[in-house]
Amino acid sequence: MSNKMHIKLNVNGEDHEFLAEPRELLIHTLRERLNLTGPHVGCETSHCGACTVTIDGKSVKSCTMFVAQANGAEVTTIEGIGSPDALHVLQESFREHHGLQCGFCTPGMITRASKLLEENPNPTEEEVRFGMAGNLCRCTGYQNIVKSILAAAAELNAVKEAAQ
Amino acid sequence: MKDEVQTREDRVAGLKGLGCSRKRVEDARFTQGKGNYVDDIKLPGMLHGDFVRSPYAHARVVSINAEAALALDGVVAVITAKDLEPLGLHWMPTLAGDKQMVLADGKVLFQGQEVAFVVAKDRYVAADAVELVEVEYEELPVLTDPFEALKSDVVLREDLLGDGDTLPDGAHGPRNHPNHIFTWEVGDKDATEQVLSEADVVAEEMVYYHRTHPCPLETCGSVASMDKVNGKLTLYGTFQAPHAIRTVVSLISGIEEHNIRVISPDIGGGFGNKVGAYAGYVCSVVASIVTGVPVKWVEDRMENLMTTAFARDYWMKGKISATKDGKITGLWCHTTADHGGFDACADPTKFPAGFMNICTGSYDIPTAFLSVDGVYTNKAPGGVAYRCSFRVTEAAYFIERMIEVLAIELNMDAAELRRINFIRKDQFPYQSALGWEYDSGDYHTAWDKALESVGYEALRAEQAQRVEDFKAGKTRKLLGIGLTHFTEIVGAGPVKNCDILGLGMFDSCEIRIHPTGSAIARLGTISQGQGHATTFAQILASEIGLPADSITIEEGDTDTAPYGLGTYGSRSTPVAGAATAMAGRKIRAKAQMIAAYLLEVHDNDVEFDVDRFVVKGAPERFKTMKEIAFAAYNQAIPGIEPGLEAVSYYDPPNMTYPFGAYICVMEIDVDTGEHEIRQFYALDDCGTRINPMIIEGQVHGGLTEALAIAMGQEIAYDELGNVKTGTLMDFFLPTAWETPNYTTDHTETPSPHHPIGAKGVGESPNVGGVPAFSNAVHDAFRAFGLRQSHMPHDHWRIWKTANDLGLHG
Repeated sequence: MSNKMHIKLNVNGEDHEFLAEPRELLIHTLRERLNLTGPHVGCETSHCGACTVTIDGKSVKSCTMFVAQANGAEVTTIEGIGSPDALHVLQESFREHHGLQCGFCTPGMITRASKLLEENPNPTEEEVRFGMAGNLCRCTGYQNIVKSILAAAAELNAVKEAAQ
Repeated sequence: MKDEVQTREDRVAGLKGLGCSRKRVEDARFTQGKGNYVDDIKLPGMLHGDFVRSPYAHARVVSINAEAALALDGVVAVITAKDLEPLGLHWMPTLAGDKQMVLADGKVLFQGQEVAFVVAKDRYVAADAVELVEVEYEELPVLTDPFEALKSDVVLREDLLGDGDTLPDGAHGPRNHPNHIFTWEVGDKDATEQVLSEADVVAEEMVYYHRTHPCPLETCGSVASMDKVNGKLTLYGTFQAPHAIRTVVSLISGIEEHNIRVISPDIGGGFGNKVGAYAGYVCSVVASIVTGVPVKWVEDRMENLMTTAFARDYWMKGKISATKDGKITGLWCHTTADHGGFDACADPTKFPAGFMNICTGSYDIPTAFLSVDGVYTNKAPGGVAYRCSFRVTEAAYFIERMIEVLAIELNMDAAELRRINFIRKDQFPYQSALGWEYDSGDYHTAWDKALESVGYEALRAEQAQRVEDFKAGKTRKLLGIGLTHFTEIVGAGPVKNCDILGLGMFDSCEIRIHPTGSAIARLGTISQGQGHATTFAQILASEIGLPADSITIEEGDTDTAPYGLGTYGSRSTPVAGAATAMAGRKIRAKAQMIAAYLLEVHDNDVEFDVDRFVVKGAPERFKTMKEIAFAAYNQAIPGIEPGLEAVSYYDPPNMTYPFGAYICVMEIDVDTGEHEIRQFYALDDCGTRINPMIIEGQVHGGLTEALAIAMGQEIAYDELGNVKTGTLMDFFLPTAWETPNYTTDHTETPSPHHPIGAKGVGESPNVGGVPAFSNAVHDAFRAFGLRQSHMPHDHWRIWKTANDLGLHG
């Protein structure tokens, strides 16, 4: 297994270079090589979305992507979405509207939601439900997740309007 | 002083105590990806374990050849039952008094059973090595049907045959067949049979509650770290009962309990799946002892669904009798319980079928009889309470289906039939025919509120019109109104009745007040998303008058937390919540003496008021709890020890009995079998409400699990014992798209014996939700002659129901 590839990744704005087996899954690269344990492994089959990250502007489930496929890409994980001193609106909103319980799906959920609101800054409830259907939650029943995302959208739009 | 300008209301609000929708303190970490789940744990030199698993459901293991695996670079060990046998660890006790193979000891009893444990330097090498272990199997006949298993000559558990001609007793008494585990009988058999034989009306039905799985989003796992220098084992894992795990590990490994530290880190949902002890936990411990370095085992989703604890799989044959005007006179139930290859149910010892004997539900049924036969089959072991209290979901589903069937038999409205049979408010405490003392309830008030809220009469009128329109060819959609009134039994439990493996089911809280008026409290429970760090601080805030924001709650580390039996069966609030209040009252009692000393009055001349002790009749003279805390540590008070700490171990005098009224309005497309939930109304009465926001969240989540179970989720096997639903492609978890919005409501009937009157709520929505969804499906077809169909009501089964009823022309 010495068949390693030279990989370059930009993760949360930081460049990384390393040798990895091409079969290494991106989620393991992030969690075990780079110690970014925000994204989680829930199913290993692309169904649950706990591993969701943003790759070159698209929401991607990192448990079914080889690191070799991500070579050269820009990756954003939950760790790159906000910081303790400057939380993303969604991070505030999920807390405010009780959009999480055990927290296991939450990093993937917020990462996906942040992308959804870029794709569609003013979604209807139906569009949020459809746009988030790739992320499973076992605790909340989604009602408060949907509420959190709609509230965040409203807040982001208000900020945008105020800026204009 | 600032305090003097605050009103009493301000002071109460400032505590964020009972009744406050306080935002969760857990969320800052979780929303920033800073949770710490078991797979996030990374220790120096840590190895990874992975299982070789059986592809067969029933087979002899002829040989295991690990040579090629061991030759692979990076593989450290391959452990089999032969290696565990000298340590006495090739089998382990189950929570139900049975024993279970840790690694295949000569044979396998279910698909996916653990055969060998590979330890390697990383998870990829471990997975490669699993493929290289050669196992020779000899297939045996497979039993997946419990009724057949009880007649078959195929013996699944030769280890339980004994040496003589007669079968030795099992953990729960005599066994009548090698594949029979126990018979459990409750109630008066003869009297019930007599009542049934003399009744005006008897409705009879087989109610099947299919096999499903709790499927928390995080799978099970552990990291064991044996420190050979100081002889201490640290075991991190997905444990809903960390102290019980410590005791069990000590008993089976021989390591003294003080040398074992069990830590449950953040848990990504449990729902009962993380109550039991699994082979992976034992193997990670053994591997760490053997290798002297930490060993991690984390299962994948398929392993989780195929091998760790399933739920339900109860065949409940029922008879219910009534007078011709609908007064129920008797209930009879015989359940055939499929337990899989080992009896690894998680039930209190004296209750081999859990609290199935709550199956008289919310109704005043004078005579009843229940018998349950446990059966071995070639399926995975388990039988845990999936978001319920020990088989209460099964009981609630059974009675709520039987009521509907009786309503059909009587040609009565099912809401009215419930109403005339409810236990009345003035009957509490109520002794049920099957042995429980219901602590409190007001079912009629809840029921009337629910029916009124949904506009029940108008819904029935709409439904009748819909049936006419359907018959006239004007629509292809039917309308179902699913009713449920459930009664839960939670908070196990009184130690005299409830133990698991001999461990009494009390719980605990230990509080330390810091000199500056903040505090830490540690409990024997462990949150898996319930928000304990938020809500237990609220209980304490109201009890001791310090703000919830100044109270840290810690759980899950057995080196620091007091002993407790953990979190499942909605027992945290009823038991540990009570311990928290009681420990808080001990703090308050000492604070009262300190306050009296500081105010130079007698102990009885001061009284507690929100956040302070005041001199009776002179409210301007007071000491705040903050001042008292400082004095407790820093002022020499004659006759009083320094410090302000308390511990309480709470053994509840009774269970608590939360209840609720749920109504589901469902549209069903007869031609596609698709459903649409138009409205779901959930009224819960969980007694005193600690945090309404969290209660509502629990209800939403439990209802969504109920939606999954009722409408599509199952663990299905083929006749060879192959699991057909081993991934999230086949095992239904609803997305945001399929999940409706719910309307929540409440009444509040405090528990008379709980210190703060709280009853627990986490599991109610699963218990009540499943019959509400299922009854809606059945109700839609009632006008066309449907009495009973089996869950899950997926599109195919609903289409088939419509087809069988001749509705496709």
